[in-house]
Amino acid sequence: MAQAPALPGGFELPLEPRLPRVGAVDAVALEERAATLAKRSIKRESKLQALDLAIRTMDLTTLEGADTPGKVASLATKAMRPDPTDATIPSVAALCVYPNLVPTAVERLRGSSVKVASVATAFPSGQSPLDVKITETRDVVEAGAHEVDMVIDRNAFLSGRYAKVYDEVVRVKEACGDAHLKVILETGELGTYDNVRRAALLSIAAGADFVKTSTGKISPAATLPVTLCLLEVVRDVYDETGRRIGVKAAGGIRQAKQAIQYLVLVHETLGPEWLTPDLFRLGASSLLNDVLMQIRKQRTGRYQSPDYFTID
Amino acid sequence: MSELDRQSTAIGTVEWDYAPAPEARDIVTLQERYGLFVGGRLVDPRSGEWFATIDPSSEEPLAEVAQAGPEDVDLAVQAAREAFTNGWSDIAPSERAKYLFRIARILQERSREFAVLESLNGGKPIRESRDVDVPLAAAHFFYYAGWADKLEYAFPNRRPRALGVAGQIIPWNFPLLMLSWKIAPALAAGNTVVLKPAETTPLTALLFADVVRQAELPAGVVNIITGDGRAGAALVDHPGVDKIAFTGSTEVGKAIQRRLAGTHKKLTLELGGKAANIVFDDAALDQAVEGIVNGIYFNQGHVCCAGSRLFVQESVYEPIVQKLKRRMTTLRVGDPLDKNTDVGAINSRQQLEKIEELVRSGEEEGAEIYQPPCRLPEKGYWFVPTVFTNVAQSYRIAQEEIFGPVLSVLTFRTPEEAVEKANNTPYGLSAGVWTEKGSRILWMADRLRAGVVWANTYNRFDPASPFGGYKESGFGREGGRHGLEPYLDFTAENGG
Repeated sequence: MAQAPALPGGFELPLEPRLPRVGAVDAVALEERAATLAKRSIKRESKLQALDLAIRTMDLTTLEGADTPGKVASLATKAMRPDPTDATIPSVAALCVYPNLVPTAVERLRGSSVKVASVATAFPSGQSPLDVKITETRDVVEAGAHEVDMVIDRNAFLSGRYAKVYDEVVRVKEACGDAHLKVILETGELGTYDNVRRAALLSIAAGADFVKTSTGKISPAATLPVTLCLLEVVRDVYDETGRRIGVKAAGGIRQAKQAIQYLVLVHETLGPEWLTPDLFRLGASSLLNDVLMQIRKQRTGRYQSPDYFTID
Repeated sequence: MSELDRQSTAIGTVEWDYAPAPEARDIVTLQERYGLFVGGRLVDPRSGEWFATIDPSSEEPLAEVAQAGPEDVDLAVQAAREAFTNGWSDIAPSERAKYLFRIARILQERSREFAVLESLNGGKPIRESRDVDVPLAAAHFFYYAGWADKLEYAFPNRRPRALGVAGQIIPWNFPLLMLSWKIAPALAAGNTVVLKPAETTPLTALLFADVVRQAELPAGVVNIITGDGRAGAALVDHPGVDKIAFTGSTEVGKAIQRRLAGTHKKLTLELGGKAANIVFDDAALDQAVEGIVNGIYFNQGHVCCAGSRLFVQESVYEPIVQKLKRRMTTLRVGDPLDKNTDVGAINSRQQLEKIEELVRSGEEEGAEIYQPPCRLPEKGYWFVPTVFTNVAQSYRIAQEEIFGPVLSVLTFRTPEEAVEKANNTPYGLSAGVWTEKGSRILWMADRLRAGVVWANTYNRFDPASPFGGYKESGFGREGGRHGLEPYLDFTAENGG
């Protein structure tokens, strides 16, 4: 078991390879920068490019108590062929489901490029004993999930027990084996961008492959400034260590226009290199159809009735 | 950076270029010729002289504008005097407020038209004219409209009265905004004005003349005369003017002050600057970098309060410079009317030559220059955003106002040293402080000899906040309650 590190005054994380010092985030300036980038005007071919990218980086998500194999199977079909009438539309990056639905998702997506992502670790609250979380992680990976979306222990984080947060991520990462680990910070519960930055660095130090904003279960979920905050952490980590960490913005992204704003944020903060499903994801349950509708609008010059896009 | 470049090329990525997104310019209808706006009408100049005003991003002529001669200036001052004595000084202050509110609303309604014209004639990005210049100009009119009938409350027991005719001369960097900084408080205080916009950027002032007409402001309350420095000099020298308000270069400001010595005219000057933007090692670094960029590349650096001297605490010098250079590579330089443009055109050939000359001096004196890769349009006046490192305090680029997108980076070790170096300039208009420590912000603000000190932000303006300089950056304040004072006469205060 990995030893939780001491964090002297929060000044630097004493880990090898060295990580950037925690530093600070200025809320006003961060939000202003995000608002400026949100005003970029993306037109014509650059818009089509963005919409295509929005699909390729999408984690199509269903996380409801009412999810059933039928619902997940239908969504899996949509994930592979978002628009059956148009072969140029790519598949989404992954299908994100609850642990009990992993077997269905795996079966339906077999042979496709779409990955199966499962939430785990007592999603969304994380308020369960560590061994339960580890068992759950092992179970979903054994069932065939390629990616695990864990939640950090906000109980521990907000009461200042950072070592516990770190330790849990390390243990879950071990349980993941080869599966990719996305760490959900649930930024809407962390209160400040300084906390978001600290939680992100902590998770990355502990082995996260991705940092993810939100569960989608509380409001606010993903916002542009909080995503920018994560992108800046990831940029600092890359500068100091050469490690490439992914960022996933999840929750509340329903319109193509919003998706493009997130992509602009990534583009102008980390550069085009991060504009790939390996390093950026949009987690969304109802975004896909709007993106499809916008693509058709862009190509034909006309909006079509929502009835032409399947509800899955 | 080199490590970064190498790795990113190794990965091989799809480039995502934003397609051009130009703001439509057909909202602006230009006349071939604009006369002088005197006594409520556009009139041909008695001087008989006209000159062309251009779009600095293409060097295309936009319209012909009148050159006001001494006789024209005299007519304008007479018109202003007449309007002052025959009505404007007597109407109910609440009526004055109504006119100002009306102007503010019309500016909002016609904001797109003003933004496009401001970018066309001045070269600034539409993003800035749309989001900063025009909304702030309207905000100034709204703000001072509120004061018009409350002057007694602004200056209790001082019996404020209007001065009479104000002569106002404004620069080319924020044409409409500077107009509003000048005209709004002058009218609120009950004066009439003769305003001269800068030679290179007269068009939004002339469009404003149409707003004045639309608002049905009594004839002669606002007069706008165009032309070069000769027109300005004639206005300064005119005996019928009670007050001169000038924003522009320190050199011209000094000349004006000399000419007004011994006259009854009141004077306020808002002149040059060489502001220190000071970054401490505990600052939020990514946001500080945004503030540095906004401090110097906003409006192509054509900003008197631009943060042109960057002082970085030595312990964070490397990350700051690395982040800054990378951020500069994302600046989009080009067509001012493109909604994605971050840095537009230099305002004039003359200004471009001045910037080029100073940048050459920086290289010759031994500073290290960095300019991001950047394709500039073939026509028009352009300068790549530039940063100098290894700058000594004695270099010209660290001493003189460049008024362009050129930043000099210097370092310091302690707060004392930062203050000492920041104050070591003949100017004193503004400063920026970046630190997470509140007590240090207050400590610095007490010691910096600058009219405005921004903390963890830069180039942020608000009509309620006074703006103005120390030392050779001028005197008098614009904005806020303070901004009314230069337009008021308090001699009745002691019963006189």
